[in-house]
Amino acid sequence: MPDITRDEVAHLARLARLALDDAELDRLAGELEVILGAVAQIAEVTDAADVPPTTHAVPLENVTRPDVIVPSLPRDTVLAAAPAAEDGRFRVPQILTDES
Amino acid sequence: MYEKDLQEFEPVIGLETHVELGTASKMFCGCATEFGAEPNTHTCPVCLGLPGALPVVNEKAIESTIRIGLALHCDIATWCRFARKNYFYPDMPKNFQTSQYDEPLCTDGYLDVDVEGSVVRVPIERVHLEEDTGKTLHVGGSTGRIHGATHSLVDYNRAGIPLVEIVTKPVVGTGQQAAAVAKAYVTELRDVLRGLDVSDIRMEQGSMRCDVNTSLNRPGEPWGTRTETKNVNSLRSVERAVRSEVERQAVLLRSGGRITQETRHFHEDSGTTSPGRSKEEATDYRYFPEPDLVPIAPDPDWVGALKAVLPEAPSVRRKQLLAQLGLSDLDAQAMVNAGVLDLVLATTEAGAPAAEARNWWLGSLAQAANTQGVEASELAITPAQVARVVELVAAGDLTAGLAKQVVDGVLAGEGSPDEVIGSRGLAVVKDEGALTEAVEAALAADPEAAEKVRGGKVQAVGALVGRVMKQTRGQADAAAVRALLLEKLGVSDS
Repeated sequence: MPDITRDEVAHLARLARLALDDAELDRLAGELEVILGAVAQIAEVTDAADVPPTTHAVPLENVTRPDVIVPSLPRDTVLAAAPAAEDGRFRVPQILTDES
Repeated sequence: MYEKDLQEFEPVIGLETHVELGTASKMFCGCATEFGAEPNTHTCPVCLGLPGALPVVNEKAIESTIRIGLALHCDIATWCRFARKNYFYPDMPKNFQTSQYDEPLCTDGYLDVDVEGSVVRVPIERVHLEEDTGKTLHVGGSTGRIHGATHSLVDYNRAGIPLVEIVTKPVVGTGQQAAAVAKAYVTELRDVLRGLDVSDIRMEQGSMRCDVNTSLNRPGEPWGTRTETKNVNSLRSVERAVRSEVERQAVLLRSGGRITQETRHFHEDSGTTSPGRSKEEATDYRYFPEPDLVPIAPDPDWVGALKAVLPEAPSVRRKQLLAQLGLSDLDAQAMVNAGVLDLVLATTEAGAPAAEARNWWLGSLAQAANTQGVEASELAITPAQVARVVELVAAGDLTAGLAKQVVDGVLAGEGSPDEVIGSRGLAVVKDEGALTEAVEAALAADPEAAEKVRGGKVQAVGALVGRVMKQTRGQADAAAVRALLLEKLGVSDS
């Protein structure tokens, strides 16, 4: 039975690094509840009929490639798309803050 | 302390081992996997997670993983999928890692390991395939660590390299042997993987890394809370990590404290662990089947064919070689304990007689490893180089003393044995003239000793041999010098 709490929505938002205010949390908790309800309805039917979940829109298996090296992108091109770079590397902001 | 702790508590250990496969290209794209390239020169839209890029599975990586599973006596899935493990951390540019979750390629196996003369069966939970992450360099802190860093620099060359994760089931009932079992398991696993030729396994380069789970409980009580010590990067450290966690947890438990389920970091220098981030729940990773990849369904005939041509297990090969070489079980055990058995065998395969190979690795090389605080296999000398030294001694080009100096040079990173001989000038003096001159000088310098020898006191020749060796700076063959001296003095050696 779907029953998603406001706390769970807040937890998911934190995992997804989304800053949601109280009003948004209230609204999304309600909306997600409805979505989960709809999914639960489908699950009831498929579970009863023992239908395996669809993996992919196209029923394919074993799409692989041989272990062959293909040229990579030039580094300048790669780093040009980055917000910041230093010493040939991507520069990212501080990872651990005091609270983490 | 560890021994006493394990009289009071029962340990449960678990090991998660990550191994980079030795494929030429990455897991889902054609970028090269070569180690040590300039940062970010092996990346493309797929491994950078750029919008619209589509991954395609490397078939060699699937084959290698199945072969690992077979060597570990696992069941091979007939159908399985990749999954997205979602987390935000700059080591993966996609904000998820493509991994396997509830449908690993291989499940339910085991690996038998030899610990202090008895066989311990370590149960394997699963072997699955995923991709490695990028490397981060932390800047601005005092020690290059993440704590205190102002920002970090990321190299994505390693991101997307196929990574196999081998997870044991909880290993129980090992008692005092817990730390030894952990080390023996990782050592045996390394040898199995080397035998399969699926990875170069350089622990010092991080191509094989271990996470060590440890918990303690009092006899009869349920298992305790476990901690996960991350990135233990040498065989010796695997053992130390278990010992250190056992000791830390025992102190806490005895004082009525509780163990926090957390990730801990192992410090090579002190041999202790410190807390990392507290462990996420699996649900926090919000795993779901990877929509950009289709399922993998290994053909049972193909799996059967791979199984038919698996190399012999290292334990079996070892027994055969030992028997061929005429080394005893006692010898074998001593070599296992010193971590040199495979090195001895490799040295004999490179042409050295078994006894010589054994003497080197159990003798001065084991000592050198001990002094340096590393495994013998991590020394800067290869079995082939040891075999070369043995060959030079047999040919009379080196004396025992010179051979030791040559080996010291190789260990010090001065190059191959022949290079060390060249640069240090260590060849045996074969120049008969120089030797005769040294012999005559010795006789003249110590007529008393010479007289004693002539008088039948053959052991007095030792002093004269010593003089000759000194004059030739140890570069003469002592046995030949002795013979030459006795000949000059008209005494037969009996």
